[in-house]
Amino acid sequence: MKIDLTDTTASKINKALVQGRRAIGTPAVGMVLTLVIVTDEENAYDALKAANDASHEHPSRTLVVIKRVSRTPRDRTQSRLDAEVRVGADAGTGETVVLRLYGEVADHAQSVVLPLLLPDAPVVVWWPVNAPLDPANDPLGALAQRRVTDTYAAEQPVRELSARADTYTPGDTDLSWTRITPWRSMLAAALDQVTCEVEAVEVEGEEFNPSCELLAMWLADRLDVPVKRSLSGGPGLTAVRMATDTGQIVLDRADGSLATLSIQGQPDRAVALKRRETAELIAEELRRLDPDDTYASALRFGVDRLNPSVPEAAAEPDVAPKGEEAVVEVATKAVEATAPEAEAQAPVNDAAKRAKSTATKAAAK
Amino acid sequence: MAPFAGSGANPLRDPADRRLPRIAGPSGLVIFGVTGDLSRKKLMPAVYDLANRGLLPPGFSLVGFARREWQHEDFAAEVHDAVKEHARTPFREEVWQQLIQGMRFVQGTFDDDDAFERLRGTIEELDKAQGTGGNFAFYLSVPPRSFPVVIQQLKKHGLADQSSGSWRRAVIEKPFGHDLKSAEELNKVVHEVFAPDQVFRIDHYLGKETVQNILALRFANTMFEPIWNRSFVDHIQITMAEDIGIGGRAGYYDGIGAARDVIQNHLLQLMALMAMEEPASFDADALAAEKTKVLGAVRLPKDLGLATVRGQYAAGWQGGEKAVGYLQEEGIDAKSKTDTYAAIKLEVDNRRWAGVPFYLRTGKRLGRRVTEIAVVFQRAPHSPFDHTATEELGKNAIVIRVQPDEGVTVRFGSKVPGTSMEIRDVSMDFAYGESFTESSPEAYERLILDVLLGDSNLFPRTEEVELSWQILDPIEQYWDKNGKPAQYQSGTWGPVEADEMLERDGRSWRRP
Repeated sequence: MKIDLTDTTASKINKALVQGRRAIGTPAVGMVLTLVIVTDEENAYDALKAANDASHEHPSRTLVVIKRVSRTPRDRTQSRLDAEVRVGADAGTGETVVLRLYGEVADHAQSVVLPLLLPDAPVVVWWPVNAPLDPANDPLGALAQRRVTDTYAAEQPVRELSARADTYTPGDTDLSWTRITPWRSMLAAALDQVTCEVEAVEVEGEEFNPSCELLAMWLADRLDVPVKRSLSGGPGLTAVRMATDTGQIVLDRADGSLATLSIQGQPDRAVALKRRETAELIAEELRRLDPDDTYASALRFGVDRLNPSVPEAAAEPDVAPKGEEAVVEVATKAVEATAPEAEAQAPVNDAAKRAKSTATKAAAK
Repeated sequence: MAPFAGSGANPLRDPADRRLPRIAGPSGLVIFGVTGDLSRKKLMPAVYDLANRGLLPPGFSLVGFARREWQHEDFAAEVHDAVKEHARTPFREEVWQQLIQGMRFVQGTFDDDDAFERLRGTIEELDKAQGTGGNFAFYLSVPPRSFPVVIQQLKKHGLADQSSGSWRRAVIEKPFGHDLKSAEELNKVVHEVFAPDQVFRIDHYLGKETVQNILALRFANTMFEPIWNRSFVDHIQITMAEDIGIGGRAGYYDGIGAARDVIQNHLLQLMALMAMEEPASFDADALAAEKTKVLGAVRLPKDLGLATVRGQYAAGWQGGEKAVGYLQEEGIDAKSKTDTYAAIKLEVDNRRWAGVPFYLRTGKRLGRRVTEIAVVFQRAPHSPFDHTATEELGKNAIVIRVQPDEGVTVRFGSKVPGTSMEIRDVSMDFAYGESFTESSPEAYERLILDVLLGDSNLFPRTEEVELSWQILDPIEQYWDKNGKPAQYQSGTWGPVEADEMLERDGRSWRRP
């Protein structure tokens, strides 16, 4: 059932929730977490749909925070909270409250959300779009154990990845990272099949897809070998090629669903690697609420240290330290470049050089 | 830089990386009796569901062995149908394409040497084509009398020989014998060919989430364990009821009966998990040690006539359908003394449980299909409320619902709103489906994966099987010599004798 509340307060919403629950006759609450979705009107529908699907696996109270844009100065001085309370069949397996914030209250969303959190249960905040630069210090993010961003939806995904690395706080996670779990799991399984030493890796995928960078950084971090990121038409990630001392291992997915795993000396095998829906990603994200150290480690490896060109970087010991912003900008340019690989190579090397200085700085911190 | 785990280890694997699922290593599964019901309804769908969840290695192979004249494609088509009909997860073409590459069928009977040579050839071919690395599990979904033949054939054709760095495992289904002697013989046959730690006995109850949750409930929490003993517990009831009759299984069931079919394995395993002490760790050895200890401490009451009841369902109405009695079922001797209902009372001789009876019951054609464990607590030693206030208050209870509607219920007294003091039982409920995933993995998924991973936590061991028979054998012998099964109407909760058995102790069965 649905209860509409106009110009309301958190305590009235709480009353409506109790009233709704009584009305449908299920006073027992088995909800395991509160999911706060911070979004705009445009993305609210899709995000809520994904959350409702995920709630079949993780029954939760879903709070959708929609900040409305005020178009006139008069609107801005007025502040109003509207709420739509959904319980029962309308709300997946939990409860949903859609909150629309107008005017000044939009800047104080945490005051509305705080009283509506489930007692004791963990809180997850998810920004499908427009995630704050420092999620842990965002007023809403500060309420949560887990903060889910999605760099895939950013205007400049790779630059955003670097920003995420700078502000990483345990509990942060990103859907671009979630998207590559099947790839990571298949690559790990491939290395289970052969005993070998990996020497170099190439990760190929479409442009503006931060998952490719994250996968590349994870591989570089774990394997300690040079990793090259190259571009293709997609969809999504298309291939990972690992050069090893016993031959090549290639995981190639051209069509976005069925991949081929080729290991030197063994026949090719088809493996299922379907691109997953947002609901599945959110469900995976909610499965574990402890800090994801592997993500942190991969993220902090740094985008700029991908595509190393070993001899050149070694020959340039004296690079003057520059501001971190500059590094990010160059690195972003490097991957953004639509030019063929050969042309893109120059700025990449440049970035690699500067990366070293960032790394030294980070170590000094 | 992330530290690498030892040389030779896979650098992409990291225990801290908990998103990566436990994927089985390169391996294959050979199913004997692949045309059977179990295989079609449970095993094949479980293999598909595992693949769909990305838990099987690339190149996983499935080999079917049966008498039927099938080609590989016929077998694949059969699996396809079984998966479409019974799999838990939605059918996805790309997952199917991955699986189908490793599907093979070997036609033959169990005494056919050529067929086993062909099986060996198939396995060698798969090692090359699919990279299974010589790792194969043999699932014996065959009638008990065929066990020795198949096991011997595997030995004769060198299929059970593990070369270095690879494994061969045997998976066997109940019944593990029909008494202690036959169980020991069976174990001898199997262990002659497969090492004890490579033999996996499937008790699908142990693969159920709720059963594994018993361990979590008891040992991960503080609020239950302090009262989990004779000072607070009055008695424990373990019930497994089925609403169906024997169906077409007359040949298997007659002469076996409910006690051998259910109590010896499922119920005694559940009892062991409920009653055992805390294991030192959650590994297979520590768990088995505790279960063995508690099963070894089980004592039968002196007078088996008063502490056990067996019954046979008589004609009646079951859930709106007319049901025939056991003796009228097709293929059953009208003089059969086989039990379709069994209730027994056991005691555990240790400090924790001395004097606390465990009532175990199982039966066919009972009220509804349900499996649950109820821990019934003693009444409060003193009540400040007067008698009329607590008239409707029963004993506190914790009920673990194993199936269906998996969950845990706590029953306790609460004041009825109003001006007078009146206390009545209320339930506090935890439902798995409500707090966790809508469809938790099927027991067989978990168990097959564990076999491939070589994780034997959830499989009963030889000693446990033999101890269980030691508990049941005297009861079966007593039943053979004395009396005959009581008749109960189909669709009820068993014979009146069972109710009387509890009444004598001043207790009553819970209606599940």
